[in-house]
Amino acid sequence: MEVNVEARRILAVSISKLYASRTQRGGLRLHRSLLLSMVMRSARDIYHSSRETEGQTSEEPMETSSKEGCDSEITEDKENMSPTKQSRKRRGKASAAPDFLPSKRARLEPGEERYAAPMGSWRFDPPPTHIAHQGADLHQRSRDRGITGTMVQALRSI
Amino acid sequence: MGAGGGTSDVQWCFSQVKGAIDDDVAEADIISTVEFNHSGELLATGDKGGRVVIFQQEPESKNQPQCRGEYNVYSTFQSHEPEFDYLKSLEIEEKINKIRWLPQKNAAQFLLSTNDKTIKLWKISERDKRPEGYNLKEEDGRYRDLNTVTTLRVPVFRPMDLMVEASPRRVFANAHTYHVNSISVNSDCETYLSADDLRINLWNLEITDRSFNIVDIKPTNMEELTEVITAVEFHPNQCNTFVYSSSKGTIRLCDMRASALCDKHAKQFEEPEDPNNRSFFSEIISSISDVKFSHSGRYMMTRDYLSVKIWDLNMESRPVETYQVHEYLRSKLCSLYENDCIFDKFECCWNGNDSVVMTGSYNNFFRMFDRGYRQDVTLEASRENSKPRSVLKPRKVSTGGKRKKDEISVDSLDFNKKILHTAWHPLDNIIAVATTNNLYIFQEKLN
Repeated sequence: MEVNVEARRILAVSISKLYASRTQRGGLRLHRSLLLSMVMRSARDIYHSSRETEGQTSEEPMETSSKEGCDSEITEDKENMSPTKQSRKRRGKASAAPDFLPSKRARLEPGEERYAAPMGSWRFDPPPTHIAHQGADLHQRSRDRGITGTMVQALRSI
Repeated sequence: MGAGGGTSDVQWCFSQVKGAIDDDVAEADIISTVEFNHSGELLATGDKGGRVVIFQQEPESKNQPQCRGEYNVYSTFQSHEPEFDYLKSLEIEEKINKIRWLPQKNAAQFLLSTNDKTIKLWKISERDKRPEGYNLKEEDGRYRDLNTVTTLRVPVFRPMDLMVEASPRRVFANAHTYHVNSISVNSDCETYLSADDLRINLWNLEITDRSFNIVDIKPTNMEELTEVITAVEFHPNQCNTFVYSSSKGTIRLCDMRASALCDKHAKQFEEPEDPNNRSFFSEIISSISDVKFSHSGRYMMTRDYLSVKIWDLNMESRPVETYQVHEYLRSKLCSLYENDCIFDKFECCWNGNDSVVMTGSYNNFFRMFDRGYRQDVTLEASRENSKPRSVLKPRKVSTGGKRKKDEISVDSLDFNKKILHTAWHPLDNIIAVATTNNLYIFQEKLN
């Protein structure tokens, strides 16, 4: 699906921007990090939604329509899609986690359950090498958090 | 003469350009703020290297009454130096984020300049005489041997070459955890506001060791953060009123008389989003990068990524006027996100009588919108158009399929050439437009 591909690409671009911003002079910029996280959340939600549509396991019907490029509409149900509803056991066809990633879901800190997505649920499928390494690096650094948790951790470090 | 003149009858001429001609731009020379003082006689710029350069307008020449005085360098000083926060292992950039002039009270001029963490009050004063004929000192300053002093004489002031001195009079530090994005001097000339991403502090200009936090939007749990403060400004006449803008596209007006803490706003200005324009980047482009009151205090202007909006303070539900700065970029948001241009923070400004507003764009274009005549014009700041008193030709970006002669296509725009900072003389039709590292001064063509 074009939307899925675009969402994944935006997610990858956003992660690399967030990563790069940690090393820039002056430190992490809260405003920029917040905007990046919003884009990442939208892209992640679109990605989830389209994967569930593909897997035909969604509880609510998605109403996505795609435009040209990456300016896709956000589904109305995006806000209702809680990552915690997605079971870790539900994996994509070729989404076996690479063996450099931890296999266990570590303990969450209180208050982070909302944001921590299970590891397998949003793995890029199949990931290009450079994104996988970036993702791996991020995950090795924050093993028990989803991507939003990584962003929050970055924001918290300010 | 006057600050009026709609775009229908004003023609703009090149006057001066300041800065290096090299295409290789040194990062320290990147201009980060531009501000006229209250009389327009002085024009200050701040740059990424932490320097402030002040230009002074020469008195109008009797020989050339058609030409307003040129701006020449008056003072240059290093306002901020890079620092290091050892606790957080973070470098604090010396880049000057904002300069604000204080109204002049005596012979000296005062301005506030700020980087990400520290605000400084600078005194700029002139010295054109010096004491000579000391009793105990030689002319070069060395103390005389007291055995050789046999007479008494009193030093007298003698004229000297004009020297402009800038001295830091106050340093307002350690009050901001996050990055300071704006400062605003109150009309009472005693207090000012400084805002970072999450907090706004009220200072007394005389007191540096404490400030009063009047707005705090930091959530208890940072994971719940949804918006940050992007700009703050005091009302030009009402010393109790200020506004602050947010990354969500809202503007909140606060009245300091209502309570000591202004977390609860008196008014909230917000326009509902057009659902047809919803995209991945809707939040980014709705973030307000600048807010400016009109000189009258009746209106305020906000700048988001694609538009300028004029708000009537009496109406919160929607702006009274909206001007599209570069709507042709709406279909390019993905590319602009990838090359980071979507994060650019454009400023905006009013002319002296609030009839025209101005803001920058890409390709070294800047735009003026005449509120009365409902006309707009796109002009360009470039070395090619820099013959003295040459009239600026309006530019046009081709948005349709067929590009007319003299139009430039969207794909040909240079996104590295951006005009983020502009300023309008408070009384005359003189504008200062900052490209990356050059400052252009344009004047109204006078016959």
